[in-house]
Amino acid sequence: MESLEALVAHIQGLSGSPEEVAHLHSLLKQADGDSLRAHASALVPFLAHLSPGAHSLGYLYLLEACATSGANLGDFGGGDFLVTMADFLTACSSDQIRLAPDKFLNVCRVLKDQVMQLNRPIRGIAPLRVAVRKIQASPEQLTPVHADYLLLCLLAKQYKAGLSVLEDDIFEVDQPKDLFLYCYYGGMIYIGLKKFPKALELLHNAVTAPMSSLNAIAVEAYKKYILVSLIQNGQVPSFPKYTSATAQRNLRNHAQIYVDLCTSYGNGRYSDLEIFIESNAAVFQSDNNLGLVKQVLSSMYKRNIQRLTQTYLTLSLEDIARSVQLETPRDAEMHVLRMIEDGEIHATINQKDGMVSFHEDPEQYKSVEMVEHIDSSIQRLTALSKKLASIDENMTCDPAYLLKVSSTGRDRGRFDYEDFDTVPHKYF
Amino acid sequence: MDVEGEVPAAAAAAIANGLGGGEEASPAPFSAEQLDVEAYAAQYSGRTRLARLVFVADRCGVEAMQLEALRMAYDEIKRGEDVQLHRDVALKINGRLGPRYGLDQAWVDTVSRRAEQRKEKLENELNGYRTNLIKESIRMGYNDIGDFFYAHGQLSDAFKSYIRTRDYCTTSKHIVQMCMNVILVSIELGQFAHVSNYVSKAEQTPDSLDPIIVAKLRAAAGLANLETKKYKLAARKFVETGIELGNNYSEVIAPQDVAVYGALCALASFDRSDLKSKVIDNINFRNFLELVPEVRELVNDFYASRYGSCLGHLEKLKPNLLLDIHLHEHVETLYTDIRHKAIIQYTLPFISVDLNTMATAFKTSVSMLEKELAALITENKIQARIDSHNKILYARHADQRNTTFQRVLQTGNEFERDVKSMLLRANLLKHEYSQRTSGSRKM
Repeated sequence: MESLEALVAHIQGLSGSPEEVAHLHSLLKQADGDSLRAHASALVPFLAHLSPGAHSLGYLYLLEACATSGANLGDFGGGDFLVTMADFLTACSSDQIRLAPDKFLNVCRVLKDQVMQLNRPIRGIAPLRVAVRKIQASPEQLTPVHADYLLLCLLAKQYKAGLSVLEDDIFEVDQPKDLFLYCYYGGMIYIGLKKFPKALELLHNAVTAPMSSLNAIAVEAYKKYILVSLIQNGQVPSFPKYTSATAQRNLRNHAQIYVDLCTSYGNGRYSDLEIFIESNAAVFQSDNNLGLVKQVLSSMYKRNIQRLTQTYLTLSLEDIARSVQLETPRDAEMHVLRMIEDGEIHATINQKDGMVSFHEDPEQYKSVEMVEHIDSSIQRLTALSKKLASIDENMTCDPAYLLKVSSTGRDRGRFDYEDFDTVPHKYF
Repeated sequence: MDVEGEVPAAAAAAIANGLGGGEEASPAPFSAEQLDVEAYAAQYSGRTRLARLVFVADRCGVEAMQLEALRMAYDEIKRGEDVQLHRDVALKINGRLGPRYGLDQAWVDTVSRRAEQRKEKLENELNGYRTNLIKESIRMGYNDIGDFFYAHGQLSDAFKSYIRTRDYCTTSKHIVQMCMNVILVSIELGQFAHVSNYVSKAEQTPDSLDPIIVAKLRAAAGLANLETKKYKLAARKFVETGIELGNNYSEVIAPQDVAVYGALCALASFDRSDLKSKVIDNINFRNFLELVPEVRELVNDFYASRYGSCLGHLEKLKPNLLLDIHLHEHVETLYTDIRHKAIIQYTLPFISVDLNTMATAFKTSVSMLEKELAALITENKIQARIDSHNKILYARHADQRNTTFQRVLQTGNEFERDVKSMLLRANLLKHEYSQRTSGSRKM
C-alpha cells in the first residue's frame, strides 16, 4: 500500500487538467476505504499541505475520511476542525467535488451535525449556503444539502438567509425525502416571515407529493397546512384529485384535532373556537403549533372585519365590536387600525363620533409599478408555458410513456394520460 | 313578530267563541281560528280526507278543533274499512267525545273477518286467472287486490299489486290507469320519487290523453317537485295545471291547493317577467287564483311592489298553510325566499335607498332590516353597501376594469403555482418510476 505521503504527493501533482483529476480520482478510490480510515487521526496534519481550492478532490477524500471516522472529532481540536471544513466548503472547486458528490454530502452532513451538537447553528449557515451552490448542477436541482441548510436557518432563526435558497424554483428531485424536508422546513421559514401564501405553496407540495406510504413529515406538514390555510384563507380546501390515495385516506385521521379546529373555525363563533383551543392546548403545544393556532384565533377577527367591509360603507366601532365579538369599541378600533396599517382593509376611522368608513380598493391599475408588475408576471408565465410545452413534447416522445399509453386499453396503469394531465384545462 | 302577536289573540278568540270549552288554554303554537274544518274536509274525498283530518288534529293545537277533526275522521272511517286507522283515531280521541266515539271492537271484528274472506276470494280468483293465462283478467285481478289493500290501509301491499298490473297492460288506457293508481298510493306513502317517475311514464303514452288526466298528472308532478324542494319546477307544473282539474282529483288535491302551492312556489322562485307571463297573465291559472282571492291579491301586491300588504297577506295565510299536509314543511323556506326576493326587488332600481322608508314598507325595524340586508349582501344577492351611520343603502357598481385586472393577476398566480407544483410532481413520479424499473431490472 502506498504511504500517505505518496498519496498526498499524487494529490499535489495531479490536480491540474481534467484528465489528471480523473486519474487522481481512480487512485483515490483505490486508497479510499480501510486504508484512509485507519489513519484518520493522522490525516489532519496533511490537510495543511493541501490547498482546498486547488486540490479540492484530494482534500475532500482526506477530509471526509477524518470527518466520518468516528466520534473523536474533538481530538482534532473540535472548533478548529469545524473551521477547516467550513473553509473547504467555501473555497473548494465545484468541478472537482462533483466527481465525488457522496463524499461532499457526507462532509456537509458532518458539519451540520457538529454545529447542532455545539448548539451554534448559525455557524453552519454560510458554509452550507455555498455548498448548496457548489454541488447543484443547475439551480432547479434539489440536493440533500438544501434541507440541512434550511434546518440550520430555522434553528438559528435566520429566516431571511433561507430565502436565498427558497426563491429558486425546484424541479429536479433525486430523493423524495429531501423534497418533503425541503418543503416542510421551507414552509416553516415562510411562516416565520409571515409570508403565508408562499408557505402554503410549499406545504401544499409536501402534502400532495406522490407517496406510496404515509410519512411523518407529510403529517406534520398537513397540520401546518391546515393552520396556515385558516390564517390565510379562512378555510381549508379539500385534497385536489392528484393527491396520492395514501394521503387522502390517512392524513385526516392523523390530524383529527386540526380537522376539528377547522370545523370549529367554520362555525364562525369566536368564543367556541377559543374554548376549543384552550381545551386542546396541550396537544397543540406538544406539536409545537400553539403559536400558529393562536394566530388562527386572531385571524378570525380579521376575517370578520374584512367581511364587514364588503357589506357596509360606514359602521360604528360599537357595532363592529358587537358583530365580531370583541369586548369593547376600543379593541375594535385597535384591530381596525392595525388592519389599515397592514393594508388589509381600506378604511378611515372618525374618532369624533366613533365611526369607521370603509373605502374601495384605491388601486386603479394604472401606475407604472403596476404595469411593470403585470409585465414581469407575463414574462414569467410565458417562460413557464414554454417550459411546459417542451416537457410535454419530451414526454410524448418518451418510449416508456408511449409503451404505457398504448397498453392502457387493457390495463389502465398508473401512468395514464390523465395522471400527467393535471394542469387544469381552464387555463388553455 | 306578527305571529307572536297573534297567538294570544287567537287563543282569546277561541275561548270567546266558546270553542275552547273553558278548559285550560292549550299551548297553541299558532292561530287556527280561521280554518273551518268542515269546509276544509269537504274539499277532499277518499283517504286523503282522513289523512288531512288526522294531520290537522295533530297539528292545530286547539282542542276544540282537534276534536272536531277527529270526530269527522271517526265518522268517515266507520263508513270505510280501515281497521288500523280506526284504532289510531280512537286512541287519539281517548274518550273525550263520549262513549259513542270509542274503540268499536265489534265493528273491527266484523270488518276484519269480512276482509279476510274477501282477500281469500280475490286471491283465489287471481290464481284461477293466472293458470288460465288470461291477461286482461289477471290485470283486473291485481287491480282488485290493490283496491282492496288500499281501502284497508295496507298501502305498500297496494303499491305492489298495482305495480304488478304493469306486465298485463295492453292498451295505453290501461297504462294510464296503472300510473294513476301508483301515483295515488305513492303520494300517500310519501314516496315522491315514484310519483315523478310514473307521471312521466303516463305522459309518454302514445295516445293523446284526456285533459282531466293531463291536469291530474301536472298537479301530481307539481306535488312531487314541491316535496323534493324543487320549487321552481313545482311552480311550473302547478301553473300549467289545466282548469279541467276541478274537483276531479279531490282524492289528492283540491283546486284551491293548486292555486296556493303554485302561487307561493312561483313567488319564491320566478323572476319578475316569468311571474307576469306565467302567473298573472296566465288565463288558465287565473281561474285557480280566483278560488283563493287572498292569494290572488298577494301575487298582485308582490308584482305591484306593495310589499307591506303582500307580506301582511302572507302572515294571515300562514297558520292555515301550516296545517296543510303537503305544504307545512316548506312554509318557512318559501316565506323566507319570498321575503328575500321582495327585499332584493325593492332595492334593485335604486342607487340609494333610505333604510327608514324601506323599513316602513316592510313593516319592520331599521336594525332588523339592516341585519337582513347585511345577510343578503354577504350572500352576494344584493350588490350594495350599507351606510350604517346615515342609514342609507348604496348600490354598488362593480368596476369591470379593476375586477378584470384583479382576476387576471390572480389567475396568473394560480397558474404559476399549479404548473410549478405539477412539474415537481411529474418529476417525482418519473423518479419513482425509473427507480422501480432499474430495481426490477436488477432482480
